[in-house]
Amino acid sequence: MPAESLPFQLTIGSRFENIELVQAVLSDALSAYDLDEENRHWVDLAVREAVANAIKHGNRLEPDKRVEIDLELSGSELVIRVRDQGEGFDPGSVIDPLAPENRLRPNGRGILYMQKFMDEIDYDFQPGRGTELTLRKRLGTAPEGAAEAEGPSDDGPR
Amino acid sequence: MRVNVRQREGVTILDLKGKITIGVGDVALREAIHQALAAGANKILVNLEDVSTIDSSGVGELVSAYTTVTNRGGKLRLLNLPPKVADILQITQLITVFDVYEDEEEAIRSF
Repeated sequence: MPAESLPFQLTIGSRFENIELVQAVLSDALSAYDLDEENRHWVDLAVREAVANAIKHGNRLEPDKRVEIDLELSGSELVIRVRDQGEGFDPGSVIDPLAPENRLRPNGRGILYMQKFMDEIDYDFQPGRGTELTLRKRLGTAPEGAAEAEGPSDDGPR
Repeated sequence: MRVNVRQREGVTILDLKGKITIGVGDVALREAIHQALAAGANKILVNLEDVSTIDSSGVGELVSAYTTVTNRGGKLRLLNLPPKVADILQITQLITVFDVYEDEEEAIRSF
């Protein structure tokens, strides 16, 4: 686990095509850590959702507003932070995409993705000062019997 | 993402390849569905075999495609879900919404 390649920080303008740049840098960084291909894929996808939300809902697609992404290793935990320059975001206001009445809605699943694919997600926001989203993923081999706590549930990916 | 359109026995088959993600792949899927409907298709089979990634916008676009086709009296079914796409449909609990097939012949007969 080469600590010298961490942390990285990347700042992008609010354009969806820049998500591919984030993915390329992130994939390269993650390849150095103790994550199997499957988990790298899910972390990639969670970060993709975080950045897409920052661009679309945080910065409202204003290309001059920036999204900052940084990654660091804290102990055996991968910590990825995504900050936007939007008006702030209340995660409590988001609909439950698994409720039967919402199942066929075209949107509202981004946070569900992040919750399923990461071990922990936290929002920090203050009105007018943007939102900082922190995504955490534990690295390394899970101890015996820790599988249920470590990853998504049985009906999801590992 | 690339979309190849084929016709077989009255079924319009969309072979998708690449990422169905925000800003590019989701738009390409939406356009392909609209073009198929404009051409009179009412039996649409979406082949996901070569899809590597589907984000929440891509899933949303699949749902929109399903509701759009269904609301017009047509049928939309899915073919060849890669494991990671199947996982996503499980997580989002959409796996029970879509009719999913692993065999193209069987899928075509199902319409």
